[in-house]
Amino acid sequence: MKASLEQIEPLLRDLAPRALATLMRRCDDFAAAEDAVQEALIAASAQWTREGLPDAPCAWLVRVAQRRLTDHVRSEIARRRREATVAAEGSFAATACAGEEEVGRDPDEALVLLFMCCHPALSTTSAIALTLRAVGGLTTAEIARAFLVPESTIGQRISRAKQSIKASGIPFRMPDAGARSERLSSVLHVLYLIFNEGYTTSSGSALHRTDLSNEAIRLARQVQALLPQNGEVAGLLALMLLTDARRAARTGPHGELIPLDEQDRNRWDREAIAEGLALASHALSLGSVGEYQLLAAIAAVHDEATRVEDTDWPQIRALYDMLLRLTDNPMVALNHAIATAMVEGPAAGLALIETLRDDERLRHSHRLDAVRAHLLERSGEREMAAALYRQAASKTTSIPERNYLLMKAEG
Amino acid sequence: MKYMLIMNTPRDGYAQYMKWPRKLLEANAVFMQAFTKKLKEAGELVAAEGLGSPDQAKLVRAGQDGKPITDGVFPESKEFLAGYWIVDVEGEERALRIAAEASTAPGQSVTRSDGSTIDHLWIEVRQVMGSHEDVE
Repeated sequence: MKASLEQIEPLLRDLAPRALATLMRRCDDFAAAEDAVQEALIAASAQWTREGLPDAPCAWLVRVAQRRLTDHVRSEIARRRREATVAAEGSFAATACAGEEEVGRDPDEALVLLFMCCHPALSTTSAIALTLRAVGGLTTAEIARAFLVPESTIGQRISRAKQSIKASGIPFRMPDAGARSERLSSVLHVLYLIFNEGYTTSSGSALHRTDLSNEAIRLARQVQALLPQNGEVAGLLALMLLTDARRAARTGPHGELIPLDEQDRNRWDREAIAEGLALASHALSLGSVGEYQLLAAIAAVHDEATRVEDTDWPQIRALYDMLLRLTDNPMVALNHAIATAMVEGPAAGLALIETLRDDERLRHSHRLDAVRAHLLERSGEREMAAALYRQAASKTTSIPERNYLLMKAEG
Repeated sequence: MKYMLIMNTPRDGYAQYMKWPRKLLEANAVFMQAFTKKLKEAGELVAAEGLGSPDQAKLVRAGQDGKPITDGVFPESKEFLAGYWIVDVEGEERALRIAAEASTAPGQSVTRSDGSTIDHLWIEVRQVMGSHEDVE
């Protein structure tokens, strides 16, 4: 019986990291193993659509990938022989061509794979591409479409990422307890970047980029299932769900940006909010509060207000107070100033912003100007506000945001 | 983040280029090929194009009936777009480094219309606008 691509694709995406992890147990060449799995995925989607799903899809995938890997190893050995460098050849062949043992489902292996793909030795762009392919099971072409760059560019990023992994000798095993939390924060950062890449898009190729948000949520779910007691993991997943729940309401019919306080809250995804709220409170109950937990808590307070005037701003300000103690990110300081303005009035917010105006990191950002414009507008300073909205518009690199700011300047 | 690295040439740039000695032409072509290849291998290249001579360019606008009305070259322009690269990099710093390297392409010093000469062409670096915002 034939199988449809809609059936096959999610299955393959799910199986890809497992197949790769199984292969990695037998072969220490990550780059070759990953290539072999990618080829097996392509073969699977062709053959399974024609002939239907095999009885044991994961074992099928591993078998085909193993065959590709063995071919690769053989030609590699032949090449090395030609070059007369025979060192380490024996062990290479032995590990790579080990027999067909059980297809493992050790859940930790998926985590090890993520730790490897998000290793701090990689540039973030490389880590993102590699994670989406090796763990997310996306093809190079799909990743390229999502980031609006040529396929060959993503292909190069992936192969460079693999070279970096090889060069730095990162072993395929769980990092030591001491390094684990730092390595985990790299993983969470990469997932957060993938989410934002998809979420903050409001037009153009929005369809493909939306997939990136879904993909980030899917991967974050996997990590959360593996580390259910980690507050930051739960916090990140909650943050994604609570943010993504507003997606339908945040853009108008022509891709124009609709800010939080003007969104039609009936269009928010209640189911996602309920799940996010439960996760956020679970995250906070786990003790030792981190940035993602606090950001999730802030998103939760917004999402809980069915009308914008019901927003619990004192609570949001208290959460930003806590966040400010954890990070010196000027964007957090800026949001803290907005929350203060909502509680005490625009003058209090503007006073806080004064201290940020010399911050080098905000110099080229449009956001400082936009926030000042907003607060001045609320204080009745129309003209100054309009000038600052225009200044912000000239600094942003987002077309929908520029249009929004110019509209605000017009009043 | 995507940036466009823009290579402009003074008005006479193309005419002067046509008279470059063979060795210089070859060196320039080799540089450009290697440079683009390097960007590609770094996973940073989005697009790269060189443009034909502005002598062949036409100005176009729609007439009353919507059909194109064309005109010759822009007599008032002092500089012309000669080519561009679009790169996708981690940040501005990297884009500037790439632009600096692009400016070292072998070439003859170019004479501007005011008589002054320049050794390396300036590369203009502009961020490409997208449809998505900065991370909130």
